[in-house]
Amino acid sequence: MEYETIVGLEVHAELNTKTKIYCNCKNAFGLEVNTQICPICTGMPGTLPTLNEKVVEYAVKMGHATNCSINNVCKQDRKNYFYPDLPKAYQISQSDIPLCEHGYVDIMLNGEEKRIGITRIHIEEDAGKMLHNDAFQGSLVDFNRCGVPLIEIVSEPDMRSSAEAKAYLDTLKSILQYIDISDCKMEQGSIRCDVNVSVRPKGSTEFGKRVEMKNVNSFSGAMRAIDYEANRQIEALERGEEINQETRRWDDQKGVNVLLRTKEDAQDYRYFPEPDLTTIYVPLEKVEELKNDIPELPNAKIKRYVKVLGLSQIDAELIAENLPRCRLFDECVKICGYFGKDSVSPKNLSNWVLGDVSKYMNETGKDIADTPLDANLLCKIVELIETKVISNTSGKVIFEEIMNGNTDIDKIIEDKGLRQISDDSAIEKIVNDVLAANQKSVDDYRGGKTNALGFLVGQCMKASKGQANPAKCKELVLKYLNG
Amino acid sequence: MELYEYSAHKLSKMLSEKKCSSEEITKSVLDRAAATDEKVGAYLTVCEENALKKAREVDEKRGRETLHPLAGIPIGIKDNISTKGLLTTCASKMLYNYVPPFDAFVMKKVNAADMVVTGKLNMDEFAMGSSTENSYFKKTHNPHNLDCVPGGSSGGSAAAVAAGSAVISLGSDTGGSIRMPASYCGVVGLKPTYGSVSRYGLVAFASSLDQIGPFGRSVTDTAMLYSVICGHDNMDATSADREYPDFTALLNSDVKGLKIGIPEEYYGEGVDNSVKETVMNAVKELEKRGAEIVNILLPSTKYALNAYYIISSAEASSNLARFDGVKYGYRTENFTDLTDMYEKTRSEGFGDEVKRRIMLGTFVLSSGFFDAYYKKAKLVALDIVKEFNSAFGKCDVIATPATPATAFRLGENIGDPTKMYAADICTVTVNIAGLPAISVPCGKVNDMPVGLQFIGRKFSEQILLNSAFAVENIFGESKPINV
Repeated sequence: MEYETIVGLEVHAELNTKTKIYCNCKNAFGLEVNTQICPICTGMPGTLPTLNEKVVEYAVKMGHATNCSINNVCKQDRKNYFYPDLPKAYQISQSDIPLCEHGYVDIMLNGEEKRIGITRIHIEEDAGKMLHNDAFQGSLVDFNRCGVPLIEIVSEPDMRSSAEAKAYLDTLKSILQYIDISDCKMEQGSIRCDVNVSVRPKGSTEFGKRVEMKNVNSFSGAMRAIDYEANRQIEALERGEEINQETRRWDDQKGVNVLLRTKEDAQDYRYFPEPDLTTIYVPLEKVEELKNDIPELPNAKIKRYVKVLGLSQIDAELIAENLPRCRLFDECVKICGYFGKDSVSPKNLSNWVLGDVSKYMNETGKDIADTPLDANLLCKIVELIETKVISNTSGKVIFEEIMNGNTDIDKIIEDKGLRQISDDSAIEKIVNDVLAANQKSVDDYRGGKTNALGFLVGQCMKASKGQANPAKCKELVLKYLNG
Repeated sequence: MELYEYSAHKLSKMLSEKKCSSEEITKSVLDRAAATDEKVGAYLTVCEENALKKAREVDEKRGRETLHPLAGIPIGIKDNISTKGLLTTCASKMLYNYVPPFDAFVMKKVNAADMVVTGKLNMDEFAMGSSTENSYFKKTHNPHNLDCVPGGSSGGSAAAVAAGSAVISLGSDTGGSIRMPASYCGVVGLKPTYGSVSRYGLVAFASSLDQIGPFGRSVTDTAMLYSVICGHDNMDATSADREYPDFTALLNSDVKGLKIGIPEEYYGEGVDNSVKETVMNAVKELEKRGAEIVNILLPSTKYALNAYYIISSAEASSNLARFDGVKYGYRTENFTDLTDMYEKTRSEGFGDEVKRRIMLGTFVLSSGFFDAYYKKAKLVALDIVKEFNSAFGKCDVIATPATPATAFRLGENIGDPTKMYAADICTVTVNIAGLPAISVPCGKVNDMPVGLQFIGRKFSEQILLNSAFAVENIFGESKPINV
């Protein structure tokens, strides 16, 4: 029998606010254990939380970016459970009234667009981290992460494969980056997800029993976990077994999952309204203001790049997937005009952004913002090339000079003598000299060895110290050879 | 007359007139504590050395700086209010060794006013109880009759003031825990409007009901202490952002035109006849002085106890979950794993009454029961608020007995929790509605004090203090009891 895989995801993203959600401790990763803590985030008796308003703003932005309706009046609730990394023994979260709900994102997979529903987005606090140390028998707790603000983004069970799940995760990640509310550093755990998987016979409209998987720490791990779990369920069904609603733990190293708890053992979190905090109220004007803060999002960008700027789908996606890259590109397009100056087209710009600029970033690991390059400089290089003032090779030389801190392009051209010779009479003289000195090659060409043309043009370029316009040279050489 | 016998406002005057020193007052109060506390058992921790040191500091400051009227006056603090560097046990084995790393908001105020903290006062464990018999460490006795309870949960705070081992004190009131012991011990106790005194640093019992308040042997002392501790605190999200007058300066015993509401539900079955008569006599005395008596109805009162015990226990089950043996306080000695550690620590660390409330609260929040209990209790709370609102359309204050009977004997109710809970019948509605209320002595029944409770609109503490002041003018200020 053929089966269909159903996937729903719960994504936790740490927000990059300056301070924690309920106290003034710094929200920072990787600092010495138990240094970013205070009596509030470590839940000392008598302490009280006060809500960091930025957290609400960030979450509302994410709600807007994922087409959610915003519950501008909502509350926070306590989720009660015992664990040593949770010093209050409850997590402040939101239960029945999330800040954002009923949204969607569109994902692209193999050129096809698909809409994935967003059930809800709510705010909550992160827990600490358990540490295990050989020198100490037992467990230690680092509370630095306690109170780091999180949003939990819950999807509808709308994905039908691990590839769709991956595309959904990539889309969420780029949105989070675009609206700049999360660092999105997987290796630091700033995005984590729980995966819900079920399978059903193809064509069936009823959902199968759902299995939740915890401990999925990377997007690629999510794909492996989904594929593994779907296969496990299909094999069980094929054996005539039933699928149980349960929670399993993904072990990415071994590539298997193990039973964590069955439905019967499910924890009762005893949610109730957090009495230490008052109702969250975001004035409607503020909700609108936050909406206006949302920049053009990746999907819209890709569509515009293809439809308006005439880029290929693949180039559009490549530019849009990297925020610094697409910021540079957008600025260049803005400077040169949407349809380009006479000679600088978005395509020319995209070639540079995806070519030399990307190559430099990849090789050096630097961010564009950390280099002397800006949109004006890049536009000027491209414009100089396209107006044939300099050659493409000279463009690369200038680019390197800029990256080394020398941003006076005119001076570079003068100092290095990079100005291209396009004057017909000057080039004609060079061509005549070269042809006279290379009679053998001229004969070869006329005898049918057409690759002699390249050699002759090369000699002209050499004689001009690279300053001659190569197209012009070629044109004149051909005119002579064929004449 | 010994110095400990004077009221705070008298002592304040004597200090400013240099008729005595703070050191002398403090010494007198500490001596009184040493002489009486073996019988009364009000103190859990006496800080003799620190108190005398502070008193000497204030004496030195006097004349050089303008001091707060209560500067140099000794004060006792209920042991659930966090005091930096000073044991704060909540009268529980669970926190037998807990020393807070920070001061509660009210302690910052008390310290800023240069008051002299003589020690921490006994209470029912985690403020759960009506007799102070639930303390892990000791029982407190009513100075009026050592065989009787002082009431609870702030029994130590009331008994110390009644016995003269404290001039004034701080307690907390979640369902009557200030007013009931004030009534039983014949002193004045004010439960302020929810939100007028910051809860930051008060070890939480039921967050939506808890409020810190003052005890004194006179209304003036109570008003002076309330003026110190009230005020906005941005560390408490439920703290009201408003200005407060100088309650002492505005004290006025003129009740001409004051409309006093008499709700029949507080004078019905379950309330001792002689207590009713004593309270009504006092009200009639006020009527003679120009007050007007208005009959009002508060029919939801009959559901109040049930609603109170559901809401307070629900919140308590969550608030007390943090006492898990991980970070501070008591931890069981022998355990096999994490769950075993939790179970043994909490079984051994909490007393019976606390465990009873945690179990009750856990039950009412469990899935499947939430709607039937917690949600319904919250609906009752709404009705109670509505009825108070409409009652205050007809009157300025509501007068009721503070307790249905005078102090009962130690051990009398300990085996019957529901009988013990019934002692809260006159006080819980006030916490449910977040209103202020004061208990002021208005006579005696069988040599035991009776308290008259005035309930007011939110933030109407001045009217309550003035009404109580009028009663006090009739019956006189309390004097320390010989024990």
